[in-house]
Amino acid sequence: MAKTKQQLSPIEIAAKKYARYRDPLIMVLHEIQTTRGYIPREAAFEIAKLLNVPLARIYEVITFYNYFRLKSPGKAVISVCTGTACHLKGADKLVKEFSEELDIEPGQTTDDGLFHLQSVRCVGCCGLAPVVVINEKTYGKLQPSQVPHVIAEWKEKFETETADAAS
Amino acid sequence: MPPVNIEKIKNDEIKRQNDFCCRIFVCASTGCISSQSMEVIDALEEAVKSHDLENEIEIVPTGCMGLCARGPLVRVEVAGQKPVLYETVDPMFARLVVSEHIRPALAKSVKDYAFKLPDFLKNRTVPLDIDFFAQQQKVVLANAGDIDPESIEAYIARDGYKALEKILLNMSPEQIIEQIEKSGLRGRGGGGFPVAKKWTFARQSQAEYKYVICNGDEGDPGAYMDRSILEADPHAVLEGVLIAAYATGAQEGIFYIRAEYPLAIERMKKAIRQAKRNKLLGKNILGTEFSFDCQIRLGAGAFVCGEETALIASIEGRRGTPRPRPPYPSVKGVWDMPTCLNNVETLANVPSILRNGGDWFAQWGTGSSKGTKVFALTGKVINSGLIEIPMGLSLREVVEKIGGGSSTAKEIKAVQTGGPSGGVIKREDLDLPVCYDRFQQAGSIMGSGGMIVMDQDDSMVDIASFYLGFTVDESCGKCAPCRIGGKQLLDLLEKISQGKGTKKDIESIKLLCEAMRSASLCGLGQTAPNPVVSTLTYFENEYLEKINSEVCK
Amino acid sequence: MINLKINNIDVRVPEGATILEAANKAGLWIPTLCKHPDLGPTAACGICVVKIKGAKNMVRACASPAEEGMEVTTHDPELVRVRRTTLEMILSNHPNECLTCARNGTCELQDLAEEFSVRERLLPPIVPDISTDDSTRTIVLDPRKCIKCGRCVTVCQQKQDVWALSFLERGLETRIAPAGDIGLGDSPCIRCGQCSAHCPVGAIYEYDETARIWEALQYPKKYCVVQIAPAVRVSLGEAFGREPGENLTGQIYSALRRMGFDAVFDTNFGADVTIMEEAAEFAERIKQGNGSLPLITTCCPSWVDFMEKYHSDMMEHFSSCKSPHAIIGTLSKTYYADKMGLDPKDVFTVSIMPCTSKKYEITRSSSMFASGLQDVDVSITTREFSRMVRQDGLIIEQLNADEKPDSILGEYSGAGTIFGASGGVMEAALRTAQYQITGDENAELEFKEIRGLQGVKVMETKVGDKNIRVAVAHGLGNVETVLNEVRAALRQGQESPYHFVEVMACPGGCVGGGGQAWKVDNKIREKRIEGLYRDDRKQRIRRSYQNTSIRRLYEDFLNEPLSAKAKELLHTSYTARPQYQR
Repeated sequence: MAKTKQQLSPIEIAAKKYARYRDPLIMVLHEIQTTRGYIPREAAFEIAKLLNVPLARIYEVITFYNYFRLKSPGKAVISVCTGTACHLKGADKLVKEFSEELDIEPGQTTDDGLFHLQSVRCVGCCGLAPVVVINEKTYGKLQPSQVPHVIAEWKEKFETETADAAS
Repeated sequence: MPPVNIEKIKNDEIKRQNDFCCRIFVCASTGCISSQSMEVIDALEEAVKSHDLENEIEIVPTGCMGLCARGPLVRVEVAGQKPVLYETVDPMFARLVVSEHIRPALAKSVKDYAFKLPDFLKNRTVPLDIDFFAQQQKVVLANAGDIDPESIEAYIARDGYKALEKILLNMSPEQIIEQIEKSGLRGRGGGGFPVAKKWTFARQSQAEYKYVICNGDEGDPGAYMDRSILEADPHAVLEGVLIAAYATGAQEGIFYIRAEYPLAIERMKKAIRQAKRNKLLGKNILGTEFSFDCQIRLGAGAFVCGEETALIASIEGRRGTPRPRPPYPSVKGVWDMPTCLNNVETLANVPSILRNGGDWFAQWGTGSSKGTKVFALTGKVINSGLIEIPMGLSLREVVEKIGGGSSTAKEIKAVQTGGPSGGVIKREDLDLPVCYDRFQQAGSIMGSGGMIVMDQDDSMVDIASFYLGFTVDESCGKCAPCRIGGKQLLDLLEKISQGKGTKKDIESIKLLCEAMRSASLCGLGQTAPNPVVSTLTYFENEYLEKINSEVCK
Repeated sequence: MINLKINNIDVRVPEGATILEAANKAGLWIPTLCKHPDLGPTAACGICVVKIKGAKNMVRACASPAEEGMEVTTHDPELVRVRRTTLEMILSNHPNECLTCARNGTCELQDLAEEFSVRERLLPPIVPDISTDDSTRTIVLDPRKCIKCGRCVTVCQQKQDVWALSFLERGLETRIAPAGDIGLGDSPCIRCGQCSAHCPVGAIYEYDETARIWEALQYPKKYCVVQIAPAVRVSLGEAFGREPGENLTGQIYSALRRMGFDAVFDTNFGADVTIMEEAAEFAERIKQGNGSLPLITTCCPSWVDFMEKYHSDMMEHFSSCKSPHAIIGTLSKTYYADKMGLDPKDVFTVSIMPCTSKKYEITRSSSMFASGLQDVDVSITTREFSRMVRQDGLIIEQLNADEKPDSILGEYSGAGTIFGASGGVMEAALRTAQYQITGDENAELEFKEIRGLQGVKVMETKVGDKNIRVAVAHGLGNVETVLNEVRAALRQGQESPYHFVEVMACPGGCVGGGGQAWKVDNKIREKRIEGLYRDDRKQRIRRSYQNTSIRRLYEDFLNEPLSAKAKELLHTSYTARPQYQR
């Protein structure tokens, strides 16, 4: 008996969405990454079974493409653009500032699971260099002196969210 | 069911637009959106409503207007009056534009009456006849900044899908390719391969199923031409794909777009849906035998997937590693079927060429580089933004006239073109015309269109290291020359930057560059040494200074 | 046909040939590294670049098709310089440990370094720090030495359809490991060792267990017995520069005795026992009829592992008979120990195999302890044995080519020796099955149709008045189609398309095993196979049931095939062990 929509796992839903695509692996992985923020191990196993793709192929793909994460990222992913224009306008200084403020290296997540810092390739806002993207919000012409303020802004946002959720 | 009547849609839309006394165009591309242009749109809508002018004023979100450094950009067009372009608009200013410019202007709407702007508004305008705009030649970006990219009617009002109609009803595939040949159009993604040739190969390949792929995996850092085109005028790209499909005999199209371009993906998705609804996509388009369908595939953070065969591997759900050619994709491409793979900008040129004829396109440019090219002019230049110029214009004109010259107190030192595959052109050589072959002779490449202006404070060794670092990160790792050679080269540059280099290191650099250029499997590795070779050729003193002392100029 | 010029020499090749193939045909040398004769070109390393007149860039000879009128240059100062720089890059990414490496002397990278006379290192070392993986206790992965040629991945994924190995990460971080970084032992790996057989360097090699044997040989109380597999005798010589296919059986027995083994047996005897049991099984199933057929051979432990993991639905069709060396192991500690008045606890049984997988097989399940002790104590590969021969100062030319084994578990028929070739088990089984079913002593002896290197071989033959259809597959990538045909028929209640199926995991059969001497391609496999069939033709007795030692075994000990004693000692069972989707 076929499952109803509610009974389908997120991966089954994703697989169904791309059922008519040939070799839909990367599209399905994008769906999982969008909902879970990363590709959990169990998800990889399930995708292998559902799409009839060897697990080896799935990991080959996940580890090749930078976009896919194998570990859960923080609540806020801080992406510092290191494209040419941003590089010339001091992207390294921004990375250093964030790194010092949060006490983590690029590629790491803070212990409280709130912030993940990473350098990314050109996001295409070169007129606003240097650019930092945090989740969906883009900060243009950001100066290192503004970094503590930005972090505080997000910490406050999370606190309000947690407070709202609790009440 | 009768095929769609494009002429009717065009006329209806033009009439609809003309019914407004004023149209406000707000740039809604990723860059300006990050500067809150959506909030500006909201503020404008609120203001228009509060003044009861909803029937007189239309607010049109558009694609890139070009002067990105001064965004958000808003252009006000009151019927019968000169258009006014505002820069760095915020919601509060937007409300003032409505109350202090548009409302009074509408009240006094007499055809030749030049409404006088109050100073505080005038100070935030940009004259539309400055070199930045006057020197450009818009073909690909003809609609950018002028239409709502999410409206197929707006596209049709500007003669959109007229080329499709023309070719389906009146032209043979051979005739189409002939026009492309006459136009001299070359691949705009950086390869510069003659488009007519590629389409001919794809057309000649015998197979029961063929594909057209639109390469939207623009990855050069500092380049955002393709993203802007997809966000500003997705239908132009779609129409280009349709024409390419008909000319080559393809049944299905794939748009491969970087996952990092969510707005471009959204707009393309919408464009495809709209085209389908209007029967310009799908079965028996315009009542002819031609059936064609499209899907969108996302990239996943691999610059190397901009290379044709790596892109194809990515679509096939595998690691994005290139494979040797021949066989070329036009013979054996995605899923082993003949595939015509073209860049976004290349395809966006196609409708205009078919509408106006190949000779029309060839009126601009030099002997081997015809037509126009979109560039992302950034770095230490005043008018940083997106431009489209006729080939043959000199770099000096681009940087000094259009760009407005250096944005810092320092002189311009060099212009970098071609991204990580390109090189630098020094200040003394800026009279070089923008041309595929001339750039190559100078040790750089046209590339996809990134143009970075550097001043006397920018280190050439540093820019070479920057680009090489990028290439090393993005190397797929399949072939030894790129995987290992790139890193060894980067380490040598590091060593030199830190003042620990020796003359022997320069020799090693030369050997590494030679091997990478000759023995790498794909363009990424083959062109990775270009920034190094180019800066070493023209700015050898900067390298030698670092070797002789720890000071870098 | 295409005509082209290479170094101004005219060459003619068929359409579709590569420049490399054209050069080889003309006897011209182009250095290569990642290319292997078994596999299509991956075009990874960049060593084989050549120049084509009129072309802008150098191209890879291994992957570029030859075209009419092409003019190719294989060597000039620029080409050599570029190749040399590329080689220097690869060397800089490789640990400098030749002297202590498993491939010292047989390494393809060493060969290239010598060809280019590399005496100084141009580039500083960039060697990753990754630990070795010996979790399978059969194959060892040393990722630091990996040159990313991709041969092992292609073999494991495409040829063997196992998908244990994969490329992970990218750029300089690229490495080869099982998916998700699990140990090889927890992956789908079936230990066939084909990865190690194709690796050009010391990144994948067999798990060396010779120390345990030396120790046992020196322990006075231990009674050491040893057996050699059929495929070993036609490949051992290659480790000493001799021709593949040369039959060194006598010399090997001689060497083993000199090493100190107390008894020298031959796995071919065990092969004959396997035939007795399996042919009887076959006869039974033929009588039972449809549902019980086909019978599938199980002497290949990699194949058994593969079946238990991915085709456990076919388990009822597996032959329950153990593999030849496992049988000798059991018999050495029961039948033989009895006859010789030995305490089985003092018997130390060694098997020398072309196979890495046997290392895993001997502790696979409780039936590998049927004698009450571990039946086979250690299994080593041809390569390990060649090192033991060298270490003991033994020289092949000085050994006795006519030496005989201890016949009680050493005498063999021609049917036993062809077990090492793909199709050999089937042929041997048919030689005895005919007799068991029809009683005809002079039935068909040779079945050439199922010999050879084709991936799947199918044959129809008459046994008595019955039409018997058999299928022989080698290289696990060829197995799925055969099994699916069988499944499709059985699902619809029809007769199975095959009555008897032989499967060998390694291409060519055991002669192409993962533990054989280094360097293998189809020419070498063919020579080794021919060596075994020559051995078969040389034998006076060529049918298992006519082997006198076999007759004695059954008369004195087992009574008859499939007897209770035979079932207890010589048969095994299987468990479904589903793995993740490979």
